[in-house]
Amino acid sequence: MNPLVIAPVLLPLLAGTLLLLLRGTLSLRVRRGLNLTMVAIQILLATVLLMTVSEGDILVHTLGNWPAPYGIVLVADPLAAWMLLITAILAWFALLFAVRGTDTGSRHFHPLFQLQLFGLNGAFLTGDLFNLFVFFEILLLASYGLLLHGGGARRTRAGLHFVALNLAGSTLFLFAAGTLYGTLGTLNMADLAVKVAAAPPENLGLVRAAGLLLFGVFALKAALIPLHLWLPAAYASTSAPVAALFAIMTKVGAYCLLRVGTLIFGEDAGPVANLYSDWLLTLALITLIVGALGALSATELRRQIAYLVVVSVGLLLTAFGLGTPAAIGAGLYYLAHATFAAAALFLLADIIASGRGASLDRLTPGPAIPRAGLIGGFFFIAAVLIAGLPPLSGFLGKFLVLKAALVDPAWPWAMGLVLTSGLLGMIALTRSGSLLFLRADGRSGATPASAGDLAPIVGLLALCLALTIWAGPILGFAHTAAEQALRPQTYIQVVLGPTTRTEPR
Amino acid sequence: MEALISLIVGVLTACGVYLILRGRTFPLVLGLTLLSYAVNLFLFATGRLAIGLPPIIDPNLAKPVGGYTDPLPQALVLTAIVIGFAMTAFLIMLALKARAELGNDHVDGRPDPGDRA
Repeated sequence: MNPLVIAPVLLPLLAGTLLLLLRGTLSLRVRRGLNLTMVAIQILLATVLLMTVSEGDILVHTLGNWPAPYGIVLVADPLAAWMLLITAILAWFALLFAVRGTDTGSRHFHPLFQLQLFGLNGAFLTGDLFNLFVFFEILLLASYGLLLHGGGARRTRAGLHFVALNLAGSTLFLFAAGTLYGTLGTLNMADLAVKVAAAPPENLGLVRAAGLLLFGVFALKAALIPLHLWLPAAYASTSAPVAALFAIMTKVGAYCLLRVGTLIFGEDAGPVANLYSDWLLTLALITLIVGALGALSATELRRQIAYLVVVSVGLLLTAFGLGTPAAIGAGLYYLAHATFAAAALFLLADIIASGRGASLDRLTPGPAIPRAGLIGGFFFIAAVLIAGLPPLSGFLGKFLVLKAALVDPAWPWAMGLVLTSGLLGMIALTRSGSLLFLRADGRSGATPASAGDLAPIVGLLALCLALTIWAGPILGFAHTAAEQALRPQTYIQVVLGPTTRTEPR
Repeated sequence: MEALISLIVGVLTACGVYLILRGRTFPLVLGLTLLSYAVNLFLFATGRLAIGLPPIIDPNLAKPVGGYTDPLPQALVLTAIVIGFAMTAFLIMLALKARAELGNDHVDGRPDPGDRA
């Protein structure tokens, strides 16, 4: 019904298929151009979608025109559109870095890249729980391919762990979806919200169990404590553009926690209301500290950045766990910032590693990097961003989350742990910065990074700067999205139609 | 029949969990396969167990004779089987690659203290 909603799902699927089929006929140059163009069109689509829903409208596309609880729906609300835009922009810069040569490491990088976007966009747009599972599998299967891209023993080992863990997670997801279908008789998320609120008391235990199973699955994707252990190894061993693209992967889990936590188990869910929020806040705060300690103990730069991603997940989920519009709005702002900043750092780590010869990204004194002043400057900016120091967007996001936390009874914990983790992160980054740039001696003889290599990093850092400068309007939008997520009645009405039919099974 | 199915699902899950906690890739693959069998049976049972009933309702009959069975879980199971099959195939390839590259079939790629190659 509304082609704009389904376009971000169809376009990467078509592009991926095209890139797969035309691998033999088109030269690498043309395929790179085609892929970049396709991702650019996705940025455009996401922007148009964002403009359309920026006032809080919700667009629905019913697949095959089957009416809502029976068919599958795709739903674009401000939250989904925001995630789509972040994904598309991040993907474009990651790809821009990849076409400098990393994409030749295996045969199917370009199709896999598009299929990864297909899965991501679908997961953000779908309004059906089982369909969410299918899109999860698509994005995971593409991510397995991308993670292993380039090969090598270390990558294979990390990939094996990643694949096995996620397969176990998928099984749990199916158990949860099956339990919900068996007790409530629907898989449409809006319909589930209605049915959960009206669930008879004898089914509540099952509904709660299914809800918490889903929580576990999403926590695994989001790398929440104690399910974060896969992340550092996977992110530290894969190629730089893939690690940069994976900065959005943990956010898929966070998005699902927010979506399911507010829509299905939100305020109106009766006896199972706010099923997620208690768990979320506690676990998120522990994640913050464990992530920061990991960053402090890391012996390689990329592993350190991976732990800083865990820290950013902790702060993001702290914001979502607080559950007020102000906190979630701040969280959505921080989400964009954390994604871009982490991606920039991953790309930078690759340039640093290739500039240090045999020392790679190990945090030991080694040869000086060519053009150390420039790269060190970028490292400094990125470190300021990700550690959340003033005056850039990381500080704004963190400050707003803390400000929103003041109304919560647990505010001393939130304040103390967020600030401690910030301090630990800062110490870790200072140590690596001084080791990599100040205590370097001798020449590595590596070719200096060209302007083209640095362009994606500059772009990502500029995006964070833009987030700082236009913080007002962006936060206004994030607030609209948060308000809407917390009041799911509109969402339910738009999806199910004005006459909400709740017939018994 | 319900007791039998739930017993099968339970046993399959227990065996699957035990196997995925082993340290070698072959038991890991087997464990994940058993888990996916368990979840497929479980999904199938969410539509309530029935034998010999049609999954469609005859529009000419005002009331379905003898009831009908829910067609949706069957579609879900079909999807889950296809995805599970693809994932298992991928995992086996990855396990073989890991065996070749890491030199042994331990999930962490390190040989046991006992076996010296």
